[in-house]
Amino acid sequence: MLRYALKRLISLALSLAVASVVIFAVIEVAPGDPASFMLGVNAQPETLAALRAELGLDVSRPQRYLNWVSGMLAGDFGTSYSYRTPVAQMVADRLWVSLPLALYALTLSTLIAFPVGIYAAARRGKPGDLAVMGATQLGIAVPNFWFAMMLVLIFAINLRWFNAGGFAGWDNGLWAGLHSLTLPAIALALPQAAILARVMRSALLDILGEDFMRTARAKGLSRRQALWRHGVRNALIPVLTIIGLQFSFLLAGSIIIEQVFYLPGLGRLVFQAISARDLIVVESVVMLLVFAVITVNFLVDLAYAAVDPRLRSRT
Amino acid sequence: MSLLEIHNLSLSIHGVPVLDQVSLSIDPGEVVAVTGESGSGKSMTALAVMQLLPEGAVASGSVRLDGHEVLNSPEAEMCALRGATVGMVFQEPMTALNPVKTIGDQVMETILIHKAMPRDAARTRAQEVLTRVGLPPEKFPLDRYPHELSGGQRQRVVIAMAIALRPRLLIADEPTTALDVTTQAQILDLLRGLVTEYGMGLLMITHDLAVVANMADRIVVMQKGRVVETGATDHLLANMQHPYTRMLFQASGHRVALPAPPAPAPLLEVRNVVRDYRLPRTRLFEKPGHHRAVDHVSFTLNRGERLGLVGESGCGKSTLTRAILGLEEVQGGHILLDGQPVFTGHKPNLAVRRKMQVVFQDPFGSFNPRHRVARLITEPFHLLETPPTGTERQHRIAEMLTTVGLSPDDAGKYIHEFSGGQRQRIAIARALIIRPELILFDEAVSALDVSVRAQILDLLAELCAAYDLTYLFISHDLSVVRTITDRVMVMQAGRIVEQGETERVFADPQHPYTQTLIQAVPKLPEIGQGAA
Repeated sequence: MLRYALKRLISLALSLAVASVVIFAVIEVAPGDPASFMLGVNAQPETLAALRAELGLDVSRPQRYLNWVSGMLAGDFGTSYSYRTPVAQMVADRLWVSLPLALYALTLSTLIAFPVGIYAAARRGKPGDLAVMGATQLGIAVPNFWFAMMLVLIFAINLRWFNAGGFAGWDNGLWAGLHSLTLPAIALALPQAAILARVMRSALLDILGEDFMRTARAKGLSRRQALWRHGVRNALIPVLTIIGLQFSFLLAGSIIIEQVFYLPGLGRLVFQAISARDLIVVESVVMLLVFAVITVNFLVDLAYAAVDPRLRSRT
Repeated sequence: MSLLEIHNLSLSIHGVPVLDQVSLSIDPGEVVAVTGESGSGKSMTALAVMQLLPEGAVASGSVRLDGHEVLNSPEAEMCALRGATVGMVFQEPMTALNPVKTIGDQVMETILIHKAMPRDAARTRAQEVLTRVGLPPEKFPLDRYPHELSGGQRQRVVIAMAIALRPRLLIADEPTTALDVTTQAQILDLLRGLVTEYGMGLLMITHDLAVVANMADRIVVMQKGRVVETGATDHLLANMQHPYTRMLFQASGHRVALPAPPAPAPLLEVRNVVRDYRLPRTRLFEKPGHHRAVDHVSFTLNRGERLGLVGESGCGKSTLTRAILGLEEVQGGHILLDGQPVFTGHKPNLAVRRKMQVVFQDPFGSFNPRHRVARLITEPFHLLETPPTGTERQHRIAEMLTTVGLSPDDAGKYIHEFSGGQRQRIAIARALIIRPELILFDEAVSALDVSVRAQILDLLAELCAAYDLTYLFISHDLSVVRTITDRVMVMQAGRIVEQGETERVFADPQHPYTQTLIQAVPKLPEIGQGAA
């Protein structure tokens, strides 16, 4: 198990290194000099040169790459071209919204999807299963911003249980923060839960057809006991894969929901940075997202091994 | 009163009749074997006793287990019976165990689910039964996982699970079909021992008549959902009444008439062939190890000869087959067909490839279901420089289908319209269509029912006379190899340990491994072969 984890960790570090090179190269290829963009077309050559030096753009590319990477390792992501504030601080502020939101949404989606998926699989072909299949089909088909607007209409405007938008911040206590993230989290979670429930259902149905499920029944387990004791854990592998993918999506892909609820999240930051050619911010956020995705994959790999003993011994 | 009393059991699944008035009974300590070909309903009879029938099954009649009517009894009562009063062992040991739970947990589960004893006692009992089935905890601790065990060992775990609560009745559905002969002999011994020791009744489902004759006190022969004949083993073997029973026994011991092989002239020469597989690295920066699947194998196959290659699973016979076909590069030695290498410059030599064809085991998996037969059997044409077209192609297809006993009209059909035996005929037509000199048969008749197997073997004997063919016949089934080959090689752990004329090797094996192998094969009683 330890060796398995170590191997995964090495592959994680390698992936990060490769990703950093690719991100740096892509951003370098993108047209436009940030310094002249910031100063406008009428800038004096001396001013331009001074700004370029200040931004660290006057050294060779490999040197710039090394500066960037070593800076990131030390927690210094550089200074935003457009806001003139440290990128690290900007990203950290946004991350405190996006990360809790992603985790919140993922928790909700898992809490909904597991029971629903297992319920549907246990009642394959019966009305309960058909209802679940219909509802999840709808959940996948309907875009999440529509859910978001419906939630706002019902729970914010009519019932006044929640605010229609904005983020209360964590300074006012955990509850206030969570409260203002609840509607966006639900809006994000519903389509994900629909997908996850279907994956859970089909994975379980595959497992239910396995020989060892019949063996379990022959030992005297009821259908229900066999499902819970032998089915669910075996069905977790494909489900874990989807959960990993969903987390990555939720972290960066919630820009529309952030827009609807007026949340200061990472998605909006990237969007604004791209519009403003603030390449250093784009670079940093993309790198951070890559780091998050790769780390989540690493955790999913560890979870696989925890679930399936065959993976532990294969290394 | 009998332990199990099945009376007039009829069963249909989604309206399709599967069992028709089946009656049989088992006494404590008695071994009853239910035999018959696929579709005879023997497995469904077993599942009916367990009440683990597929959805849509409707049963009528009576199944009394230990005085308790199981048909239509509530599910909760059945759960209490399963595992406690009746245990079951299945065919596929590789998939019958949950891969993510330890063997100890799985054996203990039988005990705990019935609340038969507290956890500690259950643990001790699990150790006892695992020891009884030949897996002592010193060598096979309870925290082993199924994937760490071989097929035979897994089947022992399944048996341990089934007998953990000393059920009165044990049902074994083809318990040794997926196992090698030597492992089969051990598992059969174990089952027999358990019956004597515990006084259990054993309901054994098997298609293998040799196993039936050696194991059973009584035999029940089934055909198309009906019991056609039943009786005490000795009596039934001596006085077979029903034509189906006689046909089964004759087909099981079927001997084909092979034409005499021509004077020896080498066709396939295998010299010092080595095939290594790289093992995964155990440590970073360390050279990966190798597994030698084929270890300096040499033999010559003469033109017109039928050569057998036997050995247990993992002995390297499939690897050797792939090397001969030029599908994989070898790490040492030479393989020459008609004096030409099968593999040149890191790729298969097409000029040689078209001289040999292969027929695989699985008649269901080896065809593309979306192509018609005409396209399926003409696939090898791509090996030819000028494949026949137009009427010549049609003519060839018709000729091949007729040759293998099908009709030219079958060319337009899809593969799902054919039975297993017919599919194997189509596979032979596909192999034959480019008139190869050598055909390799990789377990080609292993998945077939005995009656169909006998017909296919006859077909092979006719074809080798009609088309001057040379056969390499790879199989784990020694009785089949004995009848269809002139010469046989025995392979063990990548090496050929014995080779010689088939009859000589079978009658007087020299190598200890060959002796063990032949010893382990269940013998079909003479009486079966004589009764006609």
